[in-house]
Amino acid sequence: MKSLALNILDIVQNSVRAQATEISIGIAEISRDNLLVIEIKDNGNGIPDELIDKVTDPFVTTRSTRKIGLGLPLLKFHSELAGGRTEITSEPGKGTVVKATFRLSHPDRQPLGDIAGVITMLMAANPATGFEYCHVTPEGIFSLSSKEIISNFENESLNDSSFLQDLKQYVISNLESIGADGAVK
Amino acid sequence: MSLADLKKKRDELKSGLNLRVNAIDPETHVQVKVAMATCGIASGAKEVMEFFIEQLDRRNIQGVVTQTGCMGYCYAEPTIEVTLPGKEPVVFGYVNLKRADQIIERYIKTGELVDGIIPVNYETIHSKE
Repeated sequence: MKSLALNILDIVQNSVRAQATEISIGIAEISRDNLLVIEIKDNGNGIPDELIDKVTDPFVTTRSTRKIGLGLPLLKFHSELAGGRTEITSEPGKGTVVKATFRLSHPDRQPLGDIAGVITMLMAANPATGFEYCHVTPEGIFSLSSKEIISNFENESLNDSSFLQDLKQYVISNLESIGADGAVK
Repeated sequence: MSLADLKKKRDELKSGLNLRVNAIDPETHVQVKVAMATCGIASGAKEVMEFFIEQLDRRNIQGVVTQTGCMGYCYAEPTIEVTLPGKEPVVFGYVNLKRADQIIERYIKTGELVDGIIPVNYETIHSKE
């Protein structure tokens, strides 16, 4: 995957398939510790105990259309390439947390990429799901929740392309103001 | 920019526009589903989805663009499934932005079939009893 935003898009697909109604995406750029942390939490079906240790194996997947599942293995690979690791914890019936850490300044750390595009696309494509996005940098915090969007913009449809573009610009400008990686497409 | 600023901007914009019908009606709306699994994302499905959302709106075509999981055609990603009103869904593979444009101009607008269709409605001797 060319950017971490695409890995995030991929992992969130797992949450959607697990029938999560609440998905939270947290990104923290901690320059003091040279760390980038990405955490994706959902309230979906969870991962059964017998699978939890094997999910980062590319030959383990719950899909029936094919025998390979690359989402989690690729995230693990990218995090380890950048001197970090990926931890997956889950409680069947309650939800799953995927947490990946990276050395912020590592030369092999993938750029964050178009995170604004990913977040707006996720909200548009899954209007019934509650998304919480929170991005923390040493300069500030930006957060966005789909519930906030729906309550503030009831007459707008998340299917409205010009609204989505405005929303994406809104996210980009706020990320720029806190000096976040991924603020520029 | 705060949410209040965004809201103000939208209100100013809406005052000059006719509000479009928001209800989705399969009788008149085109449905485009973009496969968004790892193979799709790695091959550019996100850009394809953004393209469809923007272009259907720009070309005034009533439609809904959603994402779906792996359809099993990983070798042909990005793949999309297009359902024209009243017709069977058709799956297209190798959808880059140029082909997406052709699909909108030819298949969605006029029903003319475009290269790169992945046949799904065949029966093999194994599936017959």
